[in-house]
Amino acid sequence: MGSEVEKKAVFDTESAKEVVKELRDSFVAGKTKTYEWRRTQLAAMLKMMDENEPQIVAALSDDLSKPELESSIYEIAMLKNSCKLALKEMKHWMMPEKAKTSMTTFPSSAEIVSDPLGVVLIISAWNYPFLLSLDPVVGAIAAGNAIVLKPSEISPATASLLAKLVKKYLDCSCIKVVEGAVPETTALLEQKWDKIMYTGNGRIARIVMAAAAKHLTPVVLELGGKCPVIVDSGINLQVATRRIIAGKWGCNNGQACISPDYIITTKDYAPELVDSFKCELERFYGKNPLESKDLSRIVNSNHFARLLKLLDEDTVSSKIVYGGERDETNLKIAPTILLDVPKDSLIMNEEIFGPLLPIITIDKVEGSFDLINSSGTKPLAAYLFTNNKKLKEKFVEKVSAGGLVVNDTTVHLAEPALPFGGVGDSGMGAYHGKFSFDTFSHKKAVLYRSFAGDAAVRYPPYTAGKLRLMRALLGGSIMGIIRALLGWSKP
Amino acid sequence: MEKDLGREIMEMRECYRNGNTKPMSWRRSQLQALRSFLQDYEVPIFRALNLDLGKHYVEAFRDEVGLLKKSVNLALNDLKRWMTSTGAKLPIIALLSSAELVPEPLGLVLVISPWNFPLGLSLEPLIGAIAAGNAVVLKPSELAPACSSLLANTLPKYLDNQAIKVFEGGPAVGQQLLQQKWDKIFFTGSAKVGRIVMSEAAKNLTPVTLELGEKCPAVLDSLSWSFDKEVAIKRIIGAKYGSCAGQACISIDYVLVEKSFSSTVVDMMKAMIKTMYGDNPRESHSVARIINKHHFLRLKNLITDPNVKDCIVFGGSMDEDNLYIEPTILVNPPLESAIMTEEIFGPLLPIITLDKIEDSIDFIKKRPKPLAVYAFTKNEDLRKRMVSETSSGSVVFNDAIVQFAADTIPFGGIGESGMGKYHGKFTFDTFTHYKAVARRSFFTDFWYRFPPWNNHKLELLEDSYNFDYFGLLLVILGLKRSRKTFHVN
Repeated sequence: MGSEVEKKAVFDTESAKEVVKELRDSFVAGKTKTYEWRRTQLAAMLKMMDENEPQIVAALSDDLSKPELESSIYEIAMLKNSCKLALKEMKHWMMPEKAKTSMTTFPSSAEIVSDPLGVVLIISAWNYPFLLSLDPVVGAIAAGNAIVLKPSEISPATASLLAKLVKKYLDCSCIKVVEGAVPETTALLEQKWDKIMYTGNGRIARIVMAAAAKHLTPVVLELGGKCPVIVDSGINLQVATRRIIAGKWGCNNGQACISPDYIITTKDYAPELVDSFKCELERFYGKNPLESKDLSRIVNSNHFARLLKLLDEDTVSSKIVYGGERDETNLKIAPTILLDVPKDSLIMNEEIFGPLLPIITIDKVEGSFDLINSSGTKPLAAYLFTNNKKLKEKFVEKVSAGGLVVNDTTVHLAEPALPFGGVGDSGMGAYHGKFSFDTFSHKKAVLYRSFAGDAAVRYPPYTAGKLRLMRALLGGSIMGIIRALLGWSKP
Repeated sequence: MEKDLGREIMEMRECYRNGNTKPMSWRRSQLQALRSFLQDYEVPIFRALNLDLGKHYVEAFRDEVGLLKKSVNLALNDLKRWMTSTGAKLPIIALLSSAELVPEPLGLVLVISPWNFPLGLSLEPLIGAIAAGNAVVLKPSELAPACSSLLANTLPKYLDNQAIKVFEGGPAVGQQLLQQKWDKIFFTGSAKVGRIVMSEAAKNLTPVTLELGEKCPAVLDSLSWSFDKEVAIKRIIGAKYGSCAGQACISIDYVLVEKSFSSTVVDMMKAMIKTMYGDNPRESHSVARIINKHHFLRLKNLITDPNVKDCIVFGGSMDEDNLYIEPTILVNPPLESAIMTEEIFGPLLPIITLDKIEDSIDFIKKRPKPLAVYAFTKNEDLRKRMVSETSSGSVVFNDAIVQFAADTIPFGGIGESGMGKYHGKFTFDTFTHYKAVARRSFFTDFWYRFPPWNNHKLELLEDSYNFDYFGLLLVILGLKRSRKTFHVN
């Protein structure tokens, strides 16, 4: 069979402009506004997943060597749940919310109406390339928007599968996938969007927000940070260790924004903790973790080199207490635990995003809060394992992060009733569940006034008497109003 | 000067880190102090507003002082409720876990306010920022110098100086402040400066609320009852000229009417202006002044444009020395003229006539999204279409500007008119981070959560995630076989 040489069109500013124009025309024509359209798109997305699960798993395996179970559960099942929730609740979300009105606008009635924003841009990440692309799309569809999705080029198999599937199952006049890297993303960012949602790192986030500022486009930025885990003594150590492992190596081999980044525990407890890790890690991944099929690989050689740089730093490599093995050909690094690396080491000053877990020891567990806050940046998540009620309270009070979990890691991600998002350097805005719908909606206040009930006090000519009455009205007390009307209050 | 500013801000951050602004007692004391300030300094405030803008004290009370008192009382009343964590409903699978949203302050925030409501637009955000437990820097507009210096000199007497500061100055000071690192920036002003604020904020990934403007249209339907007509005209005239002489982000910028109704409207408007302001509006002292020469000349140019000046049907006289422009009405200035393409922000009211009132919807849609759309109509269909087919910060039926006084609905823009919202609890929310907190117990762990993986675990996890408890039970009991097989190995 002869091969066809296709001339690949360059996606430049002109192409970006055309895409936006087409979507805007569709939006203005009202295509995305109807409940029917939103429902059929979400139903089509569910069908897409049902009919293509093996292909999705294969693409994720290509891009990340992601274990099938992680793909099925953390990407596909979570996305299905998102779709199902939106399908179930969307009618309710779309209804205007009645608002109370007060004395100052009496008589009146008010409501808050959820309008779609218009044409939105969703830029997703490479580590959960399927979920982080389509989960925001679910919210954007539910809210009635037209969408451009730009998946990450670092996970190319998933990106091109997404392009193919979206074209086949969803309404192309309203939802498009644009593949590409920096030039294509730049071309997209030059356009005017009604909202941009970006998942990724802080450096690119600044570029996205600066581009958005030119058009006064609001943004949602889902970033990361060093998510700390505080481990107290007097706990069920086996359960705690397993949950940390599940959140760290069980989540794309540590390459997740909410993965535990490092552990803080007491000097006294550290040896027990390390032993527990060694035991459970072997139980989960065997004696040769480099050969385990249950761990994702490092996504590419850039990140592999980055992680080795963290690991091989002089003052750090001597602190390895477990693991450290690497296989460059297959881009694998074994689960590695380090004990008491120096505070100024590279590994303690950038987000690790990989299978390396430093344990920092301090004298008393209460000191962990100051240690976390001393970094000056707020992470996406922070975790605490303890049975001490007071410690839990102090943790919630003192540690600022996007979200906190006590006695587990990462599970808050799966709960649609909790907003998922960062604060400070870990991001702005939130989504999941109804929060996704809200983030892609404009909450428009609508106030209905009647022609009756006009308060002459509002209008000139202004007099002291009117001032008196207005004081009383704004003060809201009936007695005050009566007194003012009778001329008994001060002007 | 620059080093001092940086150092002062660092000290404020220290103060915040020490937890000084977090306790309810601190927030309450600051809000009470603000309330006392508004009470004690009411007369100096009226005087400053009159000096800066020629505002009548009743207008000042109605639009600024009165609303602030209402807001601070609301914050004091509801503070405890606002600060309380809310529980999120959880699915059954999360048995023995709990989840809540804990409101926490963002940290050190910057509020930049404009010249047209210099007290109101400085203190309204400040109230919310304090209620939310933040340390705050306020930079009032230098174009309203009497108000700016009143705030800078008097607030320190009432508020905690370590945590709340006022920095006076012009663009240079504004620029210096923008280069610091903030946990939030709240800006009210023009879209041009809004872009600069957001670009600077992007460098530090600082979230922003931008309260901007745009031309707010008022659609005036042919009303059959004369009572309704009277009230509508009264509200339009009152809203246009009575609130800072049209220099407000939510002023009615222009009016859309049907051709057949337009001459009635013009006549009624002329009569209403006479009723409210007398034969010589300047003598009434009820119409605010134009803020400065620059804006005066800008407005002068709008109506001296040769294509526009013949459209004036009422008013038009100007006094440059006293920065006074009388209430002016125009009919059908050309749509490409500056008065119809730029936000007017002054006491000039163009009336645009249409063949049918429904055409107003397309007219509005073609233009940038305003902060508010006003519609005076009893036609249910037209109302529905206004809400669903136009996009704006808010929509108000049969009145104008009053939405500003409502604290149960959000106040904010969209597109060119801004991002974010405030008023009432929304102000507290805009200065708050709602931190998700999930708790689990050490009991109830699902062994199938952990590797090594196999089909059985996959099936169990699938059912768990689908909240398919019955299916879960069957699989556990071995009564249902895994439908899944590994595809990749």
